Amino acid sequence: MAMSLIGIVLGIAFFVITQAQTSGFEAFFIRTILGTNGAIKISDRFQDMDGTVSKVSKDGNFQFFFRSREEAQYTEGIRFPDEIRNALASYQDITGISEVLEGTAELAGSSRSFPVIFQGIRYHDHSQVSELNNQLIAGAIVDFAKDPMSILVGNRIAERLMLKIGDRIVMKGGTGTLQLRIAGVFETGVSQIDKKRIYIHLSTARQFKGERFAGSFFQLALDNPDKAPELAAQIQYHLGHRSVSWQEREKVWLDVFKALRISSAITVSSILLLSGLGIFNVFAIMVIEKTRDIAILRSMGFSRFDASAVFLWQGLIILFLGVLLGSFFGFLSTYFISEIPLRIRGIFSTDSFVVNWDVFHYLWAISLASVFVVIATWVPARRAGKIQPAKIIRETL
Amino acid sequence: MKHPPLLQAKNLKYSFNETGTSTHVLNDVSIELFPGEITSIVGPSGCGKSTLLYLLGLLDRPDSGEISLNEKDVLKCDDKKRTILRNHKLGFVFQFHFLIKELSVLDNVALPMRKAGKSKTASYEKARDVLGKLGLLDKSNRFPHKLSGGEQQRVAIARAIINSPSLILADEPTGNLDTENSKKVHSVLSKLAIEENISVLIVTHNLELAQSCDRVIKMRDGRIIE
Ligand SMILES: Nc1ncnc2c1ncn2[C@@H]1O[C@H](COP(=O)(O)OP(=O)(O)OP(=O)(O)O)[C@@H](O)[C@H]1O
Ligand SMILES: [Mg+2]
Repeated sequence: MAMSLIGIVLGIAFFVITQAQTSGFEAFFIRTILGTNGAIKISDRFQDMDGTVSKVSKDGNFQFFFRSREEAQYTEGIRFPDEIRNALASYQDITGISEVLEGTAELAGSSRSFPVIFQGIRYHDHSQVSELNNQLIAGAIVDFAKDPMSILVGNRIAERLMLKIGDRIVMKGGTGTLQLRIAGVFETGVSQIDKKRIYIHLSTARQFKGERFAGSFFQLALDNPDKAPELAAQIQYHLGHRSVSWQEREKVWLDVFKALRISSAITVSSILLLSGLGIFNVFAIMVIEKTRDIAILRSMGFSRFDASAVFLWQGLIILFLGVLLGSFFGFLSTYFISEIPLRIRGIFSTDSFVVNWDVFHYLWAISLASVFVVIATWVPARRAGKIQPAKIIRETL
Repeated sequence: MKHPPLLQAKNLKYSFNETGTSTHVLNDVSIELFPGEITSIVGPSGCGKSTLLYLLGLLDRPDSGEISLNEKDVLKCDDKKRTILRNHKLGFVFQFHFLIKELSVLDNVALPMRKAGKSKTASYEKARDVLGKLGLLDKSNRFPHKLSGGEQQRVAIARAIINSPSLILADEPTGNLDTENSKKVHSVLSKLAIEENISVLIVTHNLELAQSCDRVIKMRDGRIIE
């Protein structure tokens, strides 16, 4: 029985710990990508006369879903940004709108050059839809803001080209070359971005690129990022521009996290299941061993329920202790794990384990443990209650 | 007897039904038991004595027939009611003592009274009282396996009578005992019948003891023959 109790304690604790980690990393990843690429990206204009819009009513809220067809006609970029901006202003959920012009170029340092993707931004707008300010690891954002010929580079680019703040650098491609000054180095934690992206002023980017529209898009920030898919569908429908929510954009990674979270939950649940089987075993044997005593107790006036209650109580005590100790150790371990140093660079950057404190992890663990323990107790207890005294006494004598 | 019967059973039938074949164990058995009377049942092995006892003791139900306790039909009662009746009105003694080995003699004896909802002190007091009557007071703190067979059986009797039942059902209570202990147990039971006005029904193979009872019922092949 002690083993089964330990099993329940460990099962609950591990459940909480693994969920705290997997969902912690997931939440962290989401924060990173929201802080970098925003909640919704509105890009190319398209015409699709046959696309279908479905309006689905869910709990009294209407949701729009837009399904475009394969042969929809796309026109690259946003041709009338001011109109789009005006239209977007009517959406209350949108907390930031940044117009971005994206393109490719070569950055030439003193010894070698490096292909990059530039994003032309208005600093003030872009700080509303990203964490750019906080992602800066060197230099100052005000320097970037006041000098139209300044540039922010990803830290991996800075490392490759051995760039320092204040260095001059040449950007090639497009209409010609630009002389730019390094105003800052940023690190998003997403290595694909940190080794490819640079930020310049929107006006500078337009000059450099020569075209005003191709490659332009809007990056939006939302009050509640969970609403992004719905809002993206509405925007796409109303404005006729391709709108992609972060959930759609990062679906691959989000699915990986989800799979990880579920698979760890299943794995850890098996500890609980095994403990449940252990408890069942112990009780089942106990009922068999005590059959004669139960029969004689029944003959002297103890009820079916009395016979079951002995086992039910023991089961409840185990469950109670298991839940208490399991949650406690889970909580404690989660805390200690969050203090473990761990350097991750790749899809996000962190220097310690990321954990997510969520009461639902505990509730899930407790519910699972309860289901297993209750079944493991209930079945033998029921059997104890069904013992027929006459039959047992007859067979014993 | 002037008294109305304490227990009345009429035309009891009982059979074991197993995979198609049914064995008739009791055929039209009728019996009346009176307060203060000690009755014995004798008969060859397998004639249905124990089966009858379980029916009368509300541990099992007959296929047909009637059983009334204090003129109340107890076959219509549900399991809950019958369980309570067993606790309040009936006491069982079996061939084997069936004491609970994890409990002391005192706790074993007090158990039915605790179940009846009485306080611990009251139950222990009554248990000591009953154990005293059976000459076992000095053994009350021992555990069952540290007693002799006769003592164990007397503890079982003490447990059967602690709730002052109206009927004691004893299935070969002296079956495992030597002559001397058998006589002792038997005299305890007959004394209880007289002093406490309890009805006692004893199944026994000991003809000498059977003859000393107020009434002897002879059974054969599931029937009462006299
Ligand atoms: N489970 C069973 N299935 C079928 N028949 C059974 C079963 N249990 C008992 N019997 C039969 O029921 C009959 C009566 O049994 P019971 O125990 O009442 O006899 P008894 O008179 O008490 O015998 P003894 O003196 O040996 O204790 C026996 O013939 C026995 O073979
Ligand atoms: Mg028998």
